[in-house]
Amino acid sequence: MRRRSGGADMDAARFRLRARIVVAVLVVVAGVLGARAVQLQVLDQQFLAKQGDMRYTRVAKIPAHRGAMVDRFGEPIAVSSPVDTVYVNPRELAQAPDEIPRLAKALKRDPQWLAQRVTSNLDRQFLYVARHMDPADAARVRALGVPGVYLTREYKRYYPSGEVTGHVLGFTNLDDVGQEGMELAYDRSLAGIDGRKRVIQDGRGRIIENVESISAPRPGEVLELSLDLRIQYLAYRELKAAVRRHRARSGSVIVLDVHTGEVLAMVNQPSFNPNDRAQYEVARYRNRAVTDIIEPGSSIKPFVLAAALDSGRYRPDTVIDTNPGMIRVGVKSIQDKNNLGSASLTTILARSSNVGMAKIALSLERDQLHGVLRDLGFGAVTASGFPGESAGLLSGPAHWRPIGVATLSYGYGMSVTPLQLAHAYATIGSLGLRRPVTFRKATGPVPAERVLDEKVARDVIGLLEAVVTQGTGGKAGVPGYSVAGKTGTAWKAVGGSYSTDKYLAVFAGVAPASRPRLATVVLIDEPSGALYYGGDVAAPVFSSVMSGALRLMGVAPDDLSLVSPATTIVQVQP
Amino acid sequence: MMSGEFTVSRTREAMGRGGRLLRALHLDGPLLLGLSAIIAFGLFILYSALGGNMALWLRQVAGVAVALVAMVVLAQVPPRFIRMLTPLAYAGGILLLLAVALFGDVSKGAQRWLDLGFIRFQPSEIMKVAVPLMCAWYVHDRPLPPSLPHTAVVAILFLLPAAFIAEQPDLDTAMLVCASGFFVLLLGGLHGRWLALGAGLLAAAAPVAWHFLHDYQRQRILTLLDPDSDPLGAGYHIIQSQIAIGSGGVFGKGWMNGSQAQLEFLPERSTDFIFAVMGEELGLLGQLTLVALYVAVLGRALYLAAQCNDTFGRLVSGSIALTFFVYVFINSGMVVGLLPVMGLPLPLVSYGGTSMVTLLAGFGILQGLHSHRKLVRS
Repeated sequence: MRRRSGGADMDAARFRLRARIVVAVLVVVAGVLGARAVQLQVLDQQFLAKQGDMRYTRVAKIPAHRGAMVDRFGEPIAVSSPVDTVYVNPRELAQAPDEIPRLAKALKRDPQWLAQRVTSNLDRQFLYVARHMDPADAARVRALGVPGVYLTREYKRYYPSGEVTGHVLGFTNLDDVGQEGMELAYDRSLAGIDGRKRVIQDGRGRIIENVESISAPRPGEVLELSLDLRIQYLAYRELKAAVRRHRARSGSVIVLDVHTGEVLAMVNQPSFNPNDRAQYEVARYRNRAVTDIIEPGSSIKPFVLAAALDSGRYRPDTVIDTNPGMIRVGVKSIQDKNNLGSASLTTILARSSNVGMAKIALSLERDQLHGVLRDLGFGAVTASGFPGESAGLLSGPAHWRPIGVATLSYGYGMSVTPLQLAHAYATIGSLGLRRPVTFRKATGPVPAERVLDEKVARDVIGLLEAVVTQGTGGKAGVPGYSVAGKTGTAWKAVGGSYSTDKYLAVFAGVAPASRPRLATVVLIDEPSGALYYGGDVAAPVFSSVMSGALRLMGVAPDDLSLVSPATTIVQVQP
Repeated sequence: MMSGEFTVSRTREAMGRGGRLLRALHLDGPLLLGLSAIIAFGLFILYSALGGNMALWLRQVAGVAVALVAMVVLAQVPPRFIRMLTPLAYAGGILLLLAVALFGDVSKGAQRWLDLGFIRFQPSEIMKVAVPLMCAWYVHDRPLPPSLPHTAVVAILFLLPAAFIAEQPDLDTAMLVCASGFFVLLLGGLHGRWLALGAGLLAAAAPVAWHFLHDYQRQRILTLLDPDSDPLGAGYHIIQSQIAIGSGGVFGKGWMNGSQAQLEFLPERSTDFIFAVMGEELGLLGQLTLVALYVAVLGRALYLAAQCNDTFGRLVSGSIALTFFVYVFINSGMVVGLLPVMGLPLPLVSYGGTSMVTLLAGFGILQGLHSHRKLVRS
């Protein structure tokens, strides 16, 4: 008994010794823990507290409302409306896989697509699943209460006039940044300045509380465009009908205000609807009137004649011998359709004689001819500021050979944009005063630069009037108004030589001829029906657009000879 | 011995009626007080860590109630029954671990759970109690300090279940099981030379062990050395937890007012990282109070162990007490960034009923062994 208890005592003593050693070790361990706590909570406290604050207070942006665009009468043509965007945290959503079909239904998406998106992005914490939802639909998504699903407010661009103004306005991307057209050109002033606010957010990035506003958002400015929506609609309708009727590849119409250089209308076919992102492809959204270059053909002739008149060696009634209806320049020969014999400048332009034009151009000083064309704006980008605008091509006179000068006189060997052509006609229309082309509404008189003698410009207008009254441009006439314009039917250059069955039909001109107010260019590319002449295809469109535009703008008629006595001319107030 | 009896008799007088009730229930007043203080403190901070979720908080209260019942019941079992049942419990535990390995439920990539239809539990939890019991059972009637062959047998007794558990994989629990067996040997008087030899072998085996670790486990160790190497990935837990604790300062931000915890920047805030919630909201004072309570409980438990007059009781009680503190140390060391991230909760405080029941069951056995010691003597 004693021995046993003695053994037990010895065990107990050993136990106590061991226990004390262990307790000593544990006291050291507890001391280390305590020291570490002191280090964190006393020594590093300020640093760690700041780190903590950085995690939950954030500066968030308050999106600025993008400025609207309006036409010259204040009609809205691009507006931003609030929409909701839905994003998910895939890690959180993956915890509730049973909710995915319900969520997909509310999002109007395929459940398998959504499940696949979520499972293949588990390493991310942010994933868009639906952008720009109608706020009412988004509210239903929110009401589901699915974990890991969040909403954020964004603004979506809406274009009430759709494809009618699509090319001019361009569009913004999903993040509301301008990508094309006016949206891109004036992106900075339209976008405004985002505001900033301090917020408290939780570990999942949800904003719990707005603490203070650091800076209020400054909304974008309203952009007043020069477009006249009524003329824009008219031009769009007429062009679309003509392109369809003649089964053409594409087409453009531009209407400029001669007094101000403002673009009143600019439409193209094919067009696109900027409200539908599925239609965003370059071939559709490209603003051909500004970005594409063409060989102008006969529509360039009035400017060559302007140079001739400007030289002082020619007058409108100067007679040129075009016999025998052809001329040899070097190894090439230039032919007219019919031999016009001895013809005045008026006849040469009215009947569009290439031989006459070549003879006149070859007689001119090259520098002078080049100077007139350059001053009218050819070979340089206009002042419109439209993104992606082309400069066209006008080579320097040092490189001109006789054949080059001859073909240049009827619009080959140089290239222009439809807008440059319209601008040059507008400069003639304003009697030699050149004003910068603009898409913004003019707020006062626009300073102009004289690039052509007024007398010369008047003579050119007189020559152009004859084209409509006696020559190839008869179908461009407008009842009640005198019209000055020129047809053009250019062969298209295809693969290094000129095609014999692909044409560009053009009609360009100004009206009323006595006191021009509007300059208009109509261009129909590759009409494939029976008719392909500019005078047959483009001139009727010119007539309809010009007729409507003059009346819409309340321009006083200057030629009552064509109006039947029964017709009453009603002026439309602008 | 005399002084011990004197202390007991004086305490008994002071305790009066309450003391008599506790004695009748074979419970120890001071230990119970310490445990209750920790549990109450834990429930207090858990309510905040759960973000005020009353339903979950009440589930934890229910878990505490079950655990207290288990403690009281086990305290009534006489030590010889415990000793008799020990091999059975151990064998049953091994069988259950085998069952888990064969047809356990997989949850979060680990096969730890056994679904018996009406209840779903982790058999590894049983081993936290069964292993120290079994190791003590083996050495208690053999000469101490244990000879080399006996030491080897004890090592097998705790390494076998630890291997099963590590394979689930649950390395953290496996380590705790190993520790509880090792403490039996240590308190049994294992030779200092062998201890040194074992430590040397462990150090030598570390590179080999590194090879067998899972990638995520290696990452956790590397991250400890440089948390900023991957602040959004592996280092996220450590960085967020230190920020939470440190920003609390000496007095804390106040209960329910911890921005890091309440705004969910702190991961696993109601379970593994609840110590950081305490640090942020109650500050250094709150943390040191809790650590002091843990130390007090440990001290009282070791005292009770030393009071046992048989080897089995001493070894079992000592092992339970020390393992409890290792538990505390691993969790708090991980939360303050001294140890790699592991999956062990803070004992008696973290959300979760199972570990609460296991821990209080261990303390129940400990108190029973102490309280019944006179029966053994006569």
